[in-house]
Amino acid sequence: MNTLVLVEHEGGQIKDATLSTVTAAAKLGEVHLLVAGSNVGSVAEQAAKIAGAGKVHVADDAAYEHGLAENLAPLAAKLMEGHDAFLAPATTTGKNIAPRVAALLDVMQVSDILSVEDDNTFTRPIYAGNAIATVRSSDAKKVLTVRTTAFEKASREGGSGTVEQVGGSGDSGLSSFVGMDAAKSDRPELTSANIIVSGGRAFGSNEQFHALLDPLADKLGAAVGASRAAVDAGYAPNDYQVGQTGKIVAPGVYIAIGISGAIQHLAGMKDSKTIVAINKDEEAPIFQVADIGLVGDLFKIVPELTEKL
Amino acid sequence: MKLLVAVKRVIDYNVKPRVKMDGTGVDLANVKMSMNPFDEIAVEEAIRLKEKGVATEIVAVSIGPAKAQETLRTALAMGADRAILVQTDEEVEPLAVAKILAKVAEEEQPQLIVLGKQAIDDDNNATGQMLAALLGWPQGTFASKVDVSDSATVTREVDGGLETVKLKLPAVVTTDLRLNEPRYASLPNIMKAKSKPLAIKSPGDFGVDTARRLETVKVTEPPKRQAGIKVGSVDELIDKLRETGVVG
Repeated sequence: MNTLVLVEHEGGQIKDATLSTVTAAAKLGEVHLLVAGSNVGSVAEQAAKIAGAGKVHVADDAAYEHGLAENLAPLAAKLMEGHDAFLAPATTTGKNIAPRVAALLDVMQVSDILSVEDDNTFTRPIYAGNAIATVRSSDAKKVLTVRTTAFEKASREGGSGTVEQVGGSGDSGLSSFVGMDAAKSDRPELTSANIIVSGGRAFGSNEQFHALLDPLADKLGAAVGASRAAVDAGYAPNDYQVGQTGKIVAPGVYIAIGISGAIQHLAGMKDSKTIVAINKDEEAPIFQVADIGLVGDLFKIVPELTEKL
Repeated sequence: MKLLVAVKRVIDYNVKPRVKMDGTGVDLANVKMSMNPFDEIAVEEAIRLKEKGVATEIVAVSIGPAKAQETLRTALAMGADRAILVQTDEEVEPLAVAKILAKVAEEEQPQLIVLGKQAIDDDNNATGQMLAALLGWPQGTFASKVDVSDSATVTREVDGGLETVKLKLPAVVTTDLRLNEPRYASLPNIMKAKSKPLAIKSPGDFGVDTARRLETVKVTEPPKRQAGIKVGSVDELIDKLRETGVVG
C-alpha cells in the first residue's frame, strides 16, 4: 500500500506532529510525503531524511504558503490517484484539510486514530475519550487523521527519499489569508513539551495566572497549558487550552494546578506519563487520575515550589 | 441573505457516557439528550447576524430520528425562522450528512452555512469541511469571530494562535467554543416556536445513499488510570518529581 502523509511545517521546520503521522503511515505501507508551501526546498530535503521516507512530492507555489484548505485539498486529492491512504496529523491544520480531501475522494474519514489494527481497521476515541471505538473502513482508499500522542515520532534522520516536484491547480480564488496573530513564546510547544504546567480557574485572574505559573514553567523548562475554564475566563489565550476540544498532550510530567479535572480536560492529558495535581479541594476529580497529589492552597504552594526547585 | 444552520441531537454535555456491556456502543437509553453545544453556538451566531441586519432568514436543519424535532424546536425558540428535519433512525456518517446538507443548500441557496466544528458524540470534526468540498465553497473552520459583508472574514482558533481568512460567499463556517455565548430561549419564544414551520423529509427525498462506510467492530472503555499517592508537603512533592527522572 502507498500512503501519502501531509507534512506540517512552520518557519522552514517540519513539526513533530508529522513524525508521529509517518509512524502511523508506516504501519500501512510505503510512506510518501506531501510538502506544500512557498519556498519549501529545504523542508522537502528534511522530509526526504525522515526515517522510512519514500517519494517526497513537493508543490512549491505561493498558493500553498498559508495552507489554505481550498487550495491544498484538490492538490492532495489529485495525488491520491497514485496512493491508497492519506494521513494528516489531527492538528488544526490536518483537521481543516483532511475531511475536505476525503469528500473530494468520496471517502468517509477515520478521525483521530489511536492505532492501526490492520489495513482497514483502526481504533479512535469517541465521546470525549470516554469510549474507544474499533472501526473497519470499507472505502477503497483511506483518509485518516492521526492522534499524534498515540504514535512514536519517526526519526528525523536515516531516510533517503527522492524529491519530486508536482504541480497543482494553484489558487482556487475562494479564500485568502489575511493574517496570523501568533502566540509568541520562548517556551516549548505544548504538544511536544516534556513537562507541562497547567492552570485552572482557581488562579482567579490573568495577572495571577501568569505571575505564578510563568516563573514555575521557566524554572522547569516547561510549556504552559490551561483548562477550558481558565481560557474562557480570559486568564490564558486559546492556544493554551488542553482538552478534548483543545490540544491533546502526553508529556513526561503534567502538573495540573487549580484544575478540578472536568472530563473534557482529562481527555486531553490522561495519557501523560506522570500526572501531578495541586488543588485545595481533596475531592476534586483530578486526584482520581493523578500519580502525585498535593492538597492545598496554590497561592502558597506554587511560589514555594518555584523557589525550592 | 439566507443562512443555513445544521444542528445535531446528541447526549447532553453533562452526562457521563457509559459503554454498553456487550461492546456495541454507548448506552443512550433514558439518557438526557440535547443540542450539540457547538451547534448551539452556530445557531446563536446566525441569530446575531440576523440581529445585525446581515441575515434575513435562518433555516435550521437536522438529520436524525423523529426526536430531533425537539432539537429543531430549540433552534426555533432561540430565533431560527423555520426548520427541516431529514428523518432517519439510522446513524448517518459525516460524509452522508454533508451530502444531504449539500442538497438542502442547492434547494435553499443560502449565502452562509454555519455548523458546529464537531459533535460531542462521535467527535469526527469533518461535516463542515466535507460540505464545503462537495459544494466547492470556501470554509472557515474553528471560528472564534465572524464578520459578514459581501465576503466573510473569519478568525480561526489554530494551534499557533489566531488566524484570519477571507472567504468568498457563499461559504461554510464551523464554530469553536469562544465564538459566542448562546442565549437561553425565553418562555414566550418557546411557545412561539411551536407554530414555526418544521418540514419533515427523508434522505431518499434528496437521493442520498446513507449506507455506512465505517463499521463499528466494537466499543470499549478506555484504559483506566489508577489514582496514585498524596504527598503532604512541597518538599515531598519535589522528591517525588525528581524520582520521575524528568524534573532535574
